[in-house]
Amino acid sequence: MNLEQLLAAKEIVVTCGSGGVGKTTTAAALGTLAATQLGGKVLVLTVDPARRLADAMGIGPLGNVAVQVRPEVFAAAGVEPRGELWAAMLDTKQSWDDLVERHAPDAATREAILANPLYRNITSKFVQSHDYIAMERLYELHASGDYDLIVVDTPPSRNAIDFLEAPARMAEFFSSRFLRLLIAPARNRFVNVASRPFYTVADRILGSQFLEDIAEFFILFQSMYAGFVERAHAVERVLADRRTTFVVVTTLEASPVREAEFFVEALAAKHLHLGAVVLNKVLPGYLLDEDAATVAGRLRADGPAVAAAAGVQLGPAAEVGRVLAEVGDSFLNFQVVAKREAEQRAELSVGTEVVATVPYQDHDIVDLAGLVQLADHLRR
Amino acid sequence: MLAAGQGRRTLVCETDGSGHLGQLLEAGPLAFKGREVQPLLSAMTMNTEESLKEYLALQLKVPLLSRIGPLARAFDFIANAAPGVKEILTVGKLGWEVKEDHYDLVVVDAPATGHVVGQLRAPQAINELLSVGLVREQTGWLVDLLGDAAVTGVVVVTAPEEMPVVEALDLVGQLAADDVGAGTAAVVVNRVLPELFGRGEEVVFDRLCEPGNRGALQAAAGDAAGTVLDAARLAVTLRRNRAEHLSALRAGLDPSLPMLYVPELFARTHGVRALRQVADHLAEEL
Repeated sequence: MNLEQLLAAKEIVVTCGSGGVGKTTTAAALGTLAATQLGGKVLVLTVDPARRLADAMGIGPLGNVAVQVRPEVFAAAGVEPRGELWAAMLDTKQSWDDLVERHAPDAATREAILANPLYRNITSKFVQSHDYIAMERLYELHASGDYDLIVVDTPPSRNAIDFLEAPARMAEFFSSRFLRLLIAPARNRFVNVASRPFYTVADRILGSQFLEDIAEFFILFQSMYAGFVERAHAVERVLADRRTTFVVVTTLEASPVREAEFFVEALAAKHLHLGAVVLNKVLPGYLLDEDAATVAGRLRADGPAVAAAAGVQLGPAAEVGRVLAEVGDSFLNFQVVAKREAEQRAELSVGTEVVATVPYQDHDIVDLAGLVQLADHLRR
Repeated sequence: MLAAGQGRRTLVCETDGSGHLGQLLEAGPLAFKGREVQPLLSAMTMNTEESLKEYLALQLKVPLLSRIGPLARAFDFIANAAPGVKEILTVGKLGWEVKEDHYDLVVVDAPATGHVVGQLRAPQAINELLSVGLVREQTGWLVDLLGDAAVTGVVVVTAPEEMPVVEALDLVGQLAADDVGAGTAAVVVNRVLPELFGRGEEVVFDRLCEPGNRGALQAAAGDAAGTVLDAARLAVTLRRNRAEHLSALRAGLDPSLPMLYVPELFARTHGVRALRQVADHLAEEL
């Protein structure tokens, strides 16, 4: 099994990993790989407003509506795609509004919810709503049946598994006893003796105005409870479906590797499919060469003597000697990092047969050709 | 570490519960209750449930009520599911340590860029939602504390790479918005690669890489000399590439904002020794 076969066998690929490891770029490269090699209609759904990546795909600013990478962009990159490559970015606010639109029983309720200050706060200011809406949007796109493959990168999470738990938390939130308690007094002024202390304290802590606001909001939302809870469970089922796989992306630095291991364990615990681990930005293997280290050591210790022995005359002898010493020093410095990476790699227990290594790119990805090149590394 | 070394009572707090901070400090697992891990330096890990318990006991004086009836479950639920509560419990606990003058300096390792703004906004957002009540009274001082540039400052840490620079500039922009409260105090650029060659030396290096000279060097020092030259070429390219991102960052920032550079550490370890090196570099920059 390699990454190409994995992409061929799945309908949803979720890339995950800690921030800064190249998650979004990897997602885009996987999408490119599928579109160029496998064919079909491929969508890359990103939560990351990396303008340069959108530019690289020649599609300008991304929004909730998917945009197709034009054939001439592929032509400029020297490839003839077998399928179509589309890209979209997650617009949290817009996605929530769409969700309300879909579930609201009537126009009046819809408008009241959209105008509610609590709703606006929840959807735009608070973190967890991003995690949920990303998964919700993925579900919706998959259910539309418009795409053969959807590659999605995940929001940078405080905790990498937050977004996996988001649907369950959302369902729990809307079906909780606490919400019913909050709403009860607004619907029915008669509050039983048992729950009176609750209101006394809640009132004291939160203030009655807020309690009324929150109650009003949730009464409006109540008309959509059933839809919401059902939907959250459906999103959960899609993540666990065998057509969905997860690709964990990491660099070989201590903290991302630890995060990756944590993620691999979390996937196993939730019975979700780990498809591959991508090791990104890996330094070249030649940095581990011991013969080279010996030579570098000599250059660092005695650059001028080596320069003299080699008979290279490129200016003042002292200057050549200094350059050689720097060259040797630099090799030994990078070897330390390469060894550190090799150790991380040896320790990383991945629990999957598909491990792709992408070497450190000495330039940024500025066009589709760059993504195609990256896709080639992922294929190997 | 630097502040503690200067004689200030310092608390450092991890907010993601990853345990990374304890490992870096070689101090074993950290708890919600701050523990002195080096002279004057205490470390803790954020736990919103503990924070809520402390809040109820200390601020609202309701230690018993929190244990009765549906209340405990309700608050468990709130802290886990209701938006904004975890944020306010995190910021509130740390703000409280400052307000009570338990420490001279509280350093917080905030969550990913997308989340930190949410955290800093939480007190203000809750203030807007609640017009009265004890929580409102409690968030008032927090908003003041965060908004006072003499008390609170955000240090944006980035690296000279594309996404980190884009995100750092984005974050600095967001922090400048009125409703966030706290503003940017400094930008730290981590993992800056050293300049390999001085003036004129790069020309010498380029010529050394030419086939004839490369061959001569290999004859004198061994075949592996070619590999060493390749590695130096990689280092030069990486440095140049990062320098571009560094200039983009500099160009996007207010020139009056302090920028501190921490070089790439070519060190084997990740523990206290490496931390000390970073602290020393920061001390030099400051």
